[in-house]
Amino acid sequence: MSKEVIKVDNIGMRFNLMEKKVDNLKEYFIKLLKNEIRYQEFWALKDISFKVNKGDRLGILGLNGAGKSTLLKIIAGVLKASEGELQIKGKIVPLLELGAGFDPQYTGVENIYLYGAVLGYPKEFINDKYNEIVEFSELGDFINVPVKNYSSGMKARLGFSIATIMDPEILILDEVLSVGDAKFRKKSEKRILDMFERGVTVLFVSHSIEQIRRICSRAIILDKGILVADGPVENVCTLYEEKYVETEKILKKAKKKKKKKKAAVQETGEVTVKEALKEEVNEDIKEEVIEKVTEEVKESVN
Amino acid sequence: MERVFKNFKKYRYLLFELTKKNIKLKYRRSYLGILWTLLEPILTTVVLTLVFSSLRKKSDTTFPVYILTGRLLYSLFSQATKQAMKSIRSNSGMIKKVYVPKYIYPLSDVLSNYIIFLISMLVLFGAMFVFKVYPTKYIFNAFIPLILLLVLCLGMGLILATLAVFFRDMEYLWSVVLMLIMYTAAIFYDASTVPAQWIFNFNPIYHIIVNFRNSVYGSPLDINALMISVGYSFASLIIGIILFYRKQDKFILNI
Repeated sequence: MSKEVIKVDNIGMRFNLMEKKVDNLKEYFIKLLKNEIRYQEFWALKDISFKVNKGDRLGILGLNGAGKSTLLKIIAGVLKASEGELQIKGKIVPLLELGAGFDPQYTGVENIYLYGAVLGYPKEFINDKYNEIVEFSELGDFINVPVKNYSSGMKARLGFSIATIMDPEILILDEVLSVGDAKFRKKSEKRILDMFERGVTVLFVSHSIEQIRRICSRAIILDKGILVADGPVENVCTLYEEKYVETEKILKKAKKKKKKKKAAVQETGEVTVKEALKEEVNEDIKEEVIEKVTEEVKESVN
Repeated sequence: MERVFKNFKKYRYLLFELTKKNIKLKYRRSYLGILWTLLEPILTTVVLTLVFSSLRKKSDTTFPVYILTGRLLYSLFSQATKQAMKSIRSNSGMIKKVYVPKYIYPLSDVLSNYIIFLISMLVLFGAMFVFKVYPTKYIFNAFIPLILLLVLCLGMGLILATLAVFFRDMEYLWSVVLMLIMYTAAIFYDASTVPAQWIFNFNPIYHIIVNFRNSVYGSPLDINALMISVGYSFASLIIGIILFYRKQDKFILNI
């Protein structure tokens, strides 16, 4: 069971932030002649190393802008790391922004083949699984309608059905466990849990510590592009709560005073927030609030 | 190298799907649909013939065939390169989310245009019989300029696709260059009437058109023109592949 499927070795990702975006020739040459092209280096990830064994379910924690999505994009092969090496064994299926690869003018049927091809499936395979995909997506007759007329829920359902039809070895989940209505959500969760049982390797990004605890067996924390913790999910989650959520709570309290002034405007929103905080049950809403508050605090600081 | 072939094998179905999509969607919302691939060259040839035959001194009953041979090849070149140039940007949604070998996009754009071009060749065949330019054994030579044109479109497509990612200006600049290429390709006038012959050497498709016309009108290939067109086609393909390959990892940061 301890076969290595992902090996991340000293990965670093550098972005050149041009001080002023140049995307036309005239400006480029003028700046080149004046020797004015300067880049500001920004390391989204720095010296990240870890290994993932087959069947591991790795949760990735971190505040906004910690480099979680960049890391997933590098592992999915979309971005190429500026430094370090990456070894991957097995088929990766990324479940990021479902339905993003659809062509709006194409009908559901045509998009099944197109999206399947994008994911690298051969035609015969899609032919075999076609009925299963249509059935799972619950689109019925809408499958012959151009996708531009779909609702976002329908699109996500179709995307999910296509992407999960094959047994991938590695599954990348970026907060997509909330697709469609309650019924479909249950169904999609069941499908993912079935995959877990078959020993799929999972990389999972979420802001909900609750979800990470439920799904993952291992977790890492990223902080400003640096790997700060790696270990069993329980330990890492506790650490994360202590180190990051607690500090945010302090920030939040400071903000709360400010917010009370606005209460008159956002009456209904405030009530649900308060209840959730009191009972400390609904982890999701709390997370959302914390995020909002930190952003606002950062803004006000700036 | 082996990895590239293996990858291509894996994604050749995607290439097929994308090519099919381009062709299918091109005429989807029009009433006449795929018939436009035939109608469009007929109509433009009628217009060009009406305009330019009045400017010509000697009357030539096969003039529509002359125009059609140049016009078909030029429109493939302009359509294919224009579309390939925009391919990376118009597929940015996909490129940002899923790994796919990126050359698939310009390649499928060139291929779909080439297939539409081959269909519109039917018009040329029809015109050849109407205007009594009957095919000879030299017609089989026509596949040489046609393949060179495909190579040229691919090469230019890769070069332009790469440049357009970094400089949006290319899209406007290229349509001006295309106009220049059109007027210096001897599509609707006789090349021998032009005093400044050197200008044709700078035109990447002129020599292809010359050899294609030779094949249609029943004369052997012009070896000099063949050498020049081989040079243009393969030079652009090699430059295109190297440029695209070296810059493709940076695409995502710029789209």
